[in-house]
Amino acid sequence: MAKVFSIIFDRTRWEEKALIKAARRERIQTNLIDAKNISFDIHARYDSESFGDIVLQRCISYFRGLHITAILEKNALRVVNSFDTSLICGNKLFTSLALAKARVPTPRTYVAFTPEAALDTLDKTGYPAVIKPVIGSWGRLVSPVNDRATAEAILEHRERLGSSLLQIHYIQEMVNRPPRDIRTIVVGDEVITAVYRSSPMNVWRTNVALGATTTPCPITHELEDHALRAAKAVGGGVLAVDSMESPNGNVVHEVNSTIEFRGAAAATGVNIATKIIEHLVSITKR
Amino acid sequence: MKCKCSECDGEINVPKDAVNGEIVTCPDCGLEFELAIDEHGKCTLKVAEVVGEDWGE
Repeated sequence: MAKVFSIIFDRTRWEEKALIKAARRERIQTNLIDAKNISFDIHARYDSESFGDIVLQRCISYFRGLHITAILEKNALRVVNSFDTSLICGNKLFTSLALAKARVPTPRTYVAFTPEAALDTLDKTGYPAVIKPVIGSWGRLVSPVNDRATAEAILEHRERLGSSLLQIHYIQEMVNRPPRDIRTIVVGDEVITAVYRSSPMNVWRTNVALGATTTPCPITHELEDHALRAAKAVGGGVLAVDSMESPNGNVVHEVNSTIEFRGAAAATGVNIATKIIEHLVSITKR
Repeated sequence: MKCKCSECDGEINVPKDAVNGEIVTCPDCGLEFELAIDEHGKCTLKVAEVVGEDWGE
């Protein structure tokens, strides 16, 4: 009997189309579920009749995806990535805690809950530094802080924006890196590929969403070791481990759970979508 | 397939291999639409959601 995979999405990107095509090539029936059109009765039972052998969570909205995963896992359905992994990866502070606990090299990171405490922290740890939202992606609101005046301005803006999440001040050391970072794709227990993400001229952040270009990156022993340990630290699954080349070696600063891999696939020629589908197949055989 | 933009009446080309949830952009005004394709292959356009605070990877 043919396997059935559900793909839950809320926007069909290049990656979702690649995953659908890869599943079809493997003769897997795909049940495409638009998260914007569904609702759940928390007293009802949901099973593989409705959701197939496994569910691939691909929502672009972190909270939407996380809550749907919670409901499905409560019904004993298998979801990739799991609730625990998604919860940790969607929050930079939770990720940093997991990386530090697992002794994965990661930038020095601090957290404060008021602008005053954040300024005190920055005064003690020194400038330059980086302030990031704990939730968010694509480099949104990630701000370099070169001096106290800039810090005061950024913290005031964050306070006035009103979002509760922006009142959690996640402060990280500014790593002295080349104008690029490294994205390593981990699927299950395997490093699939890695790419440099180089920022365009006069752009500080290295997000592809902001125009960074991707080129193949050799998978060194250090890179592989850090990527696999980082993936394990957050609970494992289909992950993109982002790291930087610091003067003291590779440091992991982020692990992404709903990965975008168009740039990495184009740069390396690796069929990442097929690797992900093969991973799901292997889980269903356990 | 061709659809009309609800904002500016511009003509939007929908690719043959388009799937549900895919985003198409009006070439005239730049508004983004999400495709909804029913079981009969009929295609309708809905103004796409704007980027949320929690969007991303």
